[in-house]
Amino acid sequence: MSDIQREEMSYDVVIVGAGPAGLSAAIKLKQINSDISICLLEKAAEVGAHILSGNVFETKALDELIPNWKDLNAPVKTKVTSEDFLYLNKEKSFKVPNFILPKSLQNHGNYIISLSNLCKWLGEFAENLGVEIFPGFAASKLLYNEKGEVSGVQTGDMGLDINGNPKDNFEPGINIKGKVTVLSEGCRGHLGKEVIKKFNLDANNKSPQQYGIGFKEIWEIDPEKHNLGKILHSVGWPLENDTYGGSFCYHAENNQIYLGYVIGLDYKNPYLSPYDEFQQFKTHPEIKKLLTKGKRISYGARALIEGGLQSLPQMHMPGALLIGCDAGTLNMPKIKGSHTAMKSGIIAGEVINKHLSQNEHLSIYEDEFKNSWIYDELHQARNVKPSFQWGLIPAMVFTGIDQKIFGGKLPFTLQHKHADHDSLVSAKDSKKIDYPKYDGEFTFDKPSSVYLSGTNHAENQPCHLLLKDKDLTTNYTLEEYDEPAQRYCPAGVYEIETDSETQKKFLKINSQNCIHCKTCDIKEPSQNIDWITPEGGGGPIYSGT
Amino acid sequence: MSVLIIAEHDNNILKSSTLNTISAALKLSEDIHLLILGSKIENLCKNTQSIHKVSKILKCDNEKLENFIPEIMAPIVSNIAKNYTHVLTPASTFGKNLLPRVSALLDVTQISDVIEILSENTFVRPIYAGNAISQVETNQNINLLTIRPTAFDKCEESGGSASIEDIEFLNTDTPTLFIGREVSKSDRPDLGNARVVISGGRGMENSDNFKLLYELADKLNAAVGASRAAVDSGYIGNEYQVGQTGKMVAPELYIAIGISGAIQHLAGMKDSKVIVAINKDTEAPIFNVADYGLSSDLFQAIPEIIKELDLLNKIES
Amino acid sequence: MKVLVAVKRVVDYKVQIRVKADQSGVETENVKMSVNPPDENAIEEAVKLKEQGLAQETLAVTIGDDKAQDVLRTSLAMGIDRSILVKSPNSLEPLAVAKTLSKIIEKENPDLVLLGKQAIDDDSNQTGQILSALLNWPQACFISDLKIEGNKLFISREIDEGIEKLETNLPAVLTCDLRLNTPRFASLPNIMKAKKKPLDIIDISTLGIDTNPKIKVLKVEEPPKRKAGIMVNDVKELVEKLKYEAKVI
Ligand SMILES: Cc1cc2nc3c(=O)[nH]c(=O)nc-3n(C[C@H](O)[C@H](O)[C@H](O)COP(=O)(O)OP(=O)(O)OC[C@H]3O[C@@H](n4cnc5c(N)ncnc54)[C@H](O)[C@@H]3O)c2cc1C
Ligand SMILES: Cc1cc2nc3c(=O)[nH]c(=O)nc-3n(C[C@H](O)[C@H](O)[C@H](O)COP(=O)(O)OP(=O)(O)OC[C@H]3O[C@@H](n4cnc5c(N)ncnc54)[C@H](O)[C@@H]3O)c2cc1C
Ligand code: SF4
Repeated sequence: MSDIQREEMSYDVVIVGAGPAGLSAAIKLKQINSDISICLLEKAAEVGAHILSGNVFETKALDELIPNWKDLNAPVKTKVTSEDFLYLNKEKSFKVPNFILPKSLQNHGNYIISLSNLCKWLGEFAENLGVEIFPGFAASKLLYNEKGEVSGVQTGDMGLDINGNPKDNFEPGINIKGKVTVLSEGCRGHLGKEVIKKFNLDANNKSPQQYGIGFKEIWEIDPEKHNLGKILHSVGWPLENDTYGGSFCYHAENNQIYLGYVIGLDYKNPYLSPYDEFQQFKTHPEIKKLLTKGKRISYGARALIEGGLQSLPQMHMPGALLIGCDAGTLNMPKIKGSHTAMKSGIIAGEVINKHLSQNEHLSIYEDEFKNSWIYDELHQARNVKPSFQWGLIPAMVFTGIDQKIFGGKLPFTLQHKHADHDSLVSAKDSKKIDYPKYDGEFTFDKPSSVYLSGTNHAENQPCHLLLKDKDLTTNYTLEEYDEPAQRYCPAGVYEIETDSETQKKFLKINSQNCIHCKTCDIKEPSQNIDWITPEGGGGPIYSGT
Repeated sequence: MSVLIIAEHDNNILKSSTLNTISAALKLSEDIHLLILGSKIENLCKNTQSIHKVSKILKCDNEKLENFIPEIMAPIVSNIAKNYTHVLTPASTFGKNLLPRVSALLDVTQISDVIEILSENTFVRPIYAGNAISQVETNQNINLLTIRPTAFDKCEESGGSASIEDIEFLNTDTPTLFIGREVSKSDRPDLGNARVVISGGRGMENSDNFKLLYELADKLNAAVGASRAAVDSGYIGNEYQVGQTGKMVAPELYIAIGISGAIQHLAGMKDSKVIVAINKDTEAPIFNVADYGLSSDLFQAIPEIIKELDLLNKIES
Repeated sequence: MKVLVAVKRVVDYKVQIRVKADQSGVETENVKMSVNPPDENAIEEAVKLKEQGLAQETLAVTIGDDKAQDVLRTSLAMGIDRSILVKSPNSLEPLAVAKTLSKIIEKENPDLVLLGKQAIDDDSNQTGQILSALLNWPQACFISDLKIEGNKLFISREIDEGIEKLETNLPAVLTCDLRLNTPRFASLPNIMKAKKKPLDIIDISTLGIDTNPKIKVLKVEEPPKRKAGIMVNDVKELVEKLKYEAKVI
């Protein structure tokens, strides 16, 4: 559709993605200079509707950005009151005494929040400062100027049919030009992926990037069992010792608990199904007890970026900055990335202002970042995740020593060995895993889960999951890995069907189910799947997540 | 206390939705008055006299009423409705078109789409497309209710001996002219209104096999539907999809064949009166909502059903 | 010709609604809200009439709290010229909505009023019909096709049996079916422009109408779950059960 005449709009700054990072950058810029014009694009139907996060929140960055957030009634209300850390085996649970927990796992002074609600609130705050936010509009392409610098983005076309032809209501995307473009798409942004490659931003990375997949369900539970402000983490069952992962359970407002599970995407067994591990986890007696008489009201999943400092790419490039989880600022041992994403946005705001007003080069971002508390925090955390390649128990012992005794200051840095898509072992060398049937009370099938996420994509639009080689499943991945997409996708997008005539198996893509978690883009062993933005407004409609 | 029902008909025969509405009214009173507005409805009224518990037929026969133009009907209805505490009509496009207009003339709030009558002033109705059920109470002098026909059985058509009373036609001038009605006439009934729906899923394997379903559908005068998986795989057109993103159906009989029963599919058919599931997987979730489940290979089951139905027809004739 | 469109702000149709634990209603806090889907068809039709030169002015009206301005901004971004929010602290019953609209219509004197056929929250399907009775104008409900020639309207409307064709005159009240047209997307530049289009606010108390509810909601519950029935052994048994037990064939 290159012959289309596209409208053009110009701003000082174009920001892609209304997560904590992008919103903080926008707010900071407007606070410094309200004359700077800012356009913020968000692919979700409304701000917050694609945000899914734990979330135990450190207010450090929010305190800096909006010091009077409490007076302004920010949805940050529930203080953490108590916390437990459990090691689970199939029947039992063992409490890890708090005094041996490293500081990074302690949450005194933090809050249990819905990050989705906080983003909604930050969005309104930003709009009141004059930021122009456009929910329902995805940035689908980057624009470059003649010098090869990023010069803005193109929004997605709306109203194309499955073959890419315009329908009645066709509305072409427009070009939005910015003096500076900020990419804050969160973990595995598809534009972020493009610029990392194009500008070689990861050339100096010590390790390949690492990811995890995180699930979250909200349950309304029996008030008798609810304990506002309590948080609970666990490791162990049902995961095998060689798989990195664990659970969280946060007692939030309205008798709700936020129950979730995070699994490292460097897992090896292609038969592993992260979704089913999570479902099975809920049948542990300790968890079942909590959920009995409860009701599941929400479901979602989202990839997390876990590489930390070793994998952090350069964050500036000609014409643009890459911030938050789009770059990889999450602190893995804490599983906290909201405050660091916000801080990276605050720094972006400051740097862009200097760039626009004093002609400073965007590269000062790197130094400002290094001189801030995020860097210290990530440096301290850097060895935890890689130590898990030794297995759970040694890693916990190491982490104890590293974090507790040396405060993360050990004079060496462990490296991540593989990129996540390289970690799978051939199916024939792997153990099949038989997951229990769903009981409809504590555990549920994927369609029922996706149903709760409000996910939808307008029918008859081009598929937003591109296969580089559309026959790869049939010719290779099925045989080699028993097509793991069937299992790693948390929304049942990928199914194997058999052609009734030829009896050939092929990959069927139910793109309508996609909850935009980005796992397939990360984990496909041959990197055969490219996630691109579907028509704006599609995807899940999370609330309270 | 008697209850007034506004009959839905086509000037020749009474629509069965009226019979369902009478059943609903019987929860309020044993004495039913039936208001029939139409043109040349002499025979219709006579044939209606025997309906169970209907004691009086109020007949308004005028050629201007032939095409049920609400602007003309509403003043007549509201004039009579004043004598009753409850006025009911089916929640069909007929009732939906008419009764709100009556409510405006009487200045009362109508209660739409009632599925349960708890007392003379407490009613149950679905909201949010049936995803929530609301119980409401009102203290109005006249209760105007549209009744969801599928929520009530049909009343008996015999046993009554109603008197027929002519009522005066009050003319209202309206610029509205009726031009015509295109009754959808395909070989098979429309998915949305069919009494029986037979849907096929991924288990059908290809579009050729759907012919089996059509054959069965013809025996039952049923509409054919499908799951998304069947539609996406090209076994059948998009307009046949039943479910969250397809059509919502609530037939008397829904037969799901080779469909697993994902929640998105159930969303489109769970209000059917009787659900039958045929699936070879005994654990398929569809069996959790089916009134009758048959665990069997569909390629075996469908021809057998066709045979049984033929047999049945033979016995009957 | 002047066209007035009534729009309602409702829970987005894609959201899986949740009944509140205290049974007082459906959760709407932090839930995505949108323009009621068939109202979008009404907006689209009005904008098309303007584009065809048949309408000179289009106006959208909603009744609700401050947040309901959203749906007016959406209407304006889709191409409506101006809009009015009738501010009401409570949600109103269809009768009260129609009375409110009739007051606005008295002031604005539109020739054509378009509404959605039904709001997807309370599913009442009444407002258009009541409004046309209050105004004593012709009504056509569930329309799926509209042609206008001078003062004359040629209408197709969806009925249970198929399609009904009507002719009537302006002024009239029409309620729109989803099949009427395909609503356009609001483009980004048009969303920007919409921010500058007029949005007037009128307090409902100034209209002098009785908006007190006549119906009390006692409770709102989840629909009962369907229960599993029986497994039959063979086809013969199935057909027999359907014939003699369920009596559906
Ligand atoms: C299960 C789970 C639990 C977590 N728990 C915690 C916790 O307890 N504490 C904590 O601090 N952190 C936690 N995190 C991490 C935290 O959620 C992230 O670090 C944080 O959300 C990152 O913010 P961000 O702004 O960089 O990106 P995101 O929050 O991902 O926001 C990106 C936004 O950009 C939008 N977007 C993406 N691409 C485009 C495009 N092309 N066009 C338009 N819009 C686009 C997205 O829709 C989204 O709204 C958790 C994460 C997960 C998944
Ligand atoms: C946003 C969204 C919207 C959706 N909307 C809809 C919708 O509107 N409608 C809809 O249907 N789905 C919808 N879905 C998809 C839904 O989740 C399911 O994927 C779909 O319904 C599955 O269709 P199926 O039951 O035909 O296929 P499957 O789940 O694959 O089930 C096939 C069944 O056939 C049985 N079977 C196979 N062979 C035989 C045989 N020889 N004899 C007997 N039984 C056999 C199998 O045991 C199995 O149970 C939607 C999903 C999403 C995420
Ligand atoms: S298709 Fe990919 S991005 Fe979408 S839900 Fe599945 S794994 Fe996640």
